[in-house]
Amino acid sequence: MAGDTLTSSEYIRHHLTNLVYGNLPAGNYCDGHQVVTEGGWQLAGCSEAAKAMGFNAIHLDTMFWSITLGVLFLYVFKKAADAATTGIPGGLQNFAEWIIEFIDQSVRGSFSSRNDLVAPLSLTIFVWIFLMNLMDLVPVDVIPALSQLLGIHFMKVVPTTDPNATFGMAIGVFILVIFYSIRIKGVGGFVGELTLQPFSSSNALVNALFVPVNFILEFVSLISKPVSLALRLFGNMYAGEMIFILIAIMYSAGTFMGLFGGVLQLGWAIFHILIITLQAFIFMTLTIVYLDMAHNEH
Amino acid sequence: MNINLTLIGQLLTFVVFVWFTMKYVWTPIMGALEERRKGIADGLAAGERGQHERELAKERAKEVLHDAKGQASDILAQAQKRAAEIVDEAKSNARVEGERILTAARSEIEQETNRAREQLREKVAALAVAGAEKILRKEINAEAHQDIVDSLAKEI
Repeated sequence: MAGDTLTSSEYIRHHLTNLVYGNLPAGNYCDGHQVVTEGGWQLAGCSEAAKAMGFNAIHLDTMFWSITLGVLFLYVFKKAADAATTGIPGGLQNFAEWIIEFIDQSVRGSFSSRNDLVAPLSLTIFVWIFLMNLMDLVPVDVIPALSQLLGIHFMKVVPTTDPNATFGMAIGVFILVIFYSIRIKGVGGFVGELTLQPFSSSNALVNALFVPVNFILEFVSLISKPVSLALRLFGNMYAGEMIFILIAIMYSAGTFMGLFGGVLQLGWAIFHILIITLQAFIFMTLTIVYLDMAHNEH
Repeated sequence: MNINLTLIGQLLTFVVFVWFTMKYVWTPIMGALEERRKGIADGLAAGERGQHERELAKERAKEVLHDAKGQASDILAQAQKRAAEIVDEAKSNARVEGERILTAARSEIEQETNRAREQLREKVAALAVAGAEKILRKEINAEAHQDIVDSLAKEI
């Protein structure tokens, strides 16, 4: 589909557009292709329409792939858990135990308190993000072309290139950080941590003057946790996806460029295996570290 | 780059996945791992205990063997002693018996000798009487000179 009817920028834009279902107000969208006389919930025909939907919209492709991959992960691990024996483990159980022990060791290494939630949380984050990132290795045109056959015009298959997905997880982690901060240190302790450091003085008046300064600094550092979590993953995957798309454009530029593009794609995909694993690992490790900080006074 | 309801959807999905992992994946697999770890530890401990017991048993067996050897040599010594005693006893018994038999034989011989001597004396007396009778046929009356004959016989 690349090149024949679309220009390069249209091709790229098409690949970066989600399948959006949302509440579209009345209006004339997409150069007259999507004319809405009465506002209501419908699929967006182009990115302009998707933008017009604002917050009241949902990315069907992101939801579909993330849930599918998540269910796949849970299904495989549930199967391993059901078959878990204390005797000699089989192949699937070995695999699951290998991952679980790896996660367990990471958690033991970075998390000093005791919390039964952290390890399963880390497992979910690591495997789920890894699987979602793994979709990046599917050649960029395969699934969109297949869905085109089914009449679906937009299909973005890598959920982690959608900031909604990465922010969704990061906010989940952030809620846990705040929850445990308050639970372990109390509301007073949490507020104190935000306002009484890094600057403090023995003089009460000076201390009161430091409070707003401290608050600004600490609040920014607190907010930067989920934002950096989400944007790091999103940025890496988005950039990787973009390079795959750019390489894919070369396929329409003749035999030589096509072959060259093939070599490039292979090389980038092999390199990307490292990135997708690393990004999943970083997200998991930072989650553990943030939760550890929430559990400890500092 | 639109932030929209997908964010909420992803957040809820994430929460459900984490809950599911915690309840149905992590706990049972960690349980199995823990149990297996315990099983292996128990097995190793049992193995060690077994080895220790084997060593003790070896020691005990050595002791028993040693005792048995000691007893056997004691028994052997006793038996030898007893055998020597029996031989000695038999020898002394034999000596006593021999002496007894010898004494009996001697006394029998003496008796026989005495008897023979008696008989001889009687025979000689009779012979003397007969000779005297033949010599003194007419002069000597056997009944009248019985005392002379007796004295003669005694002198033989």
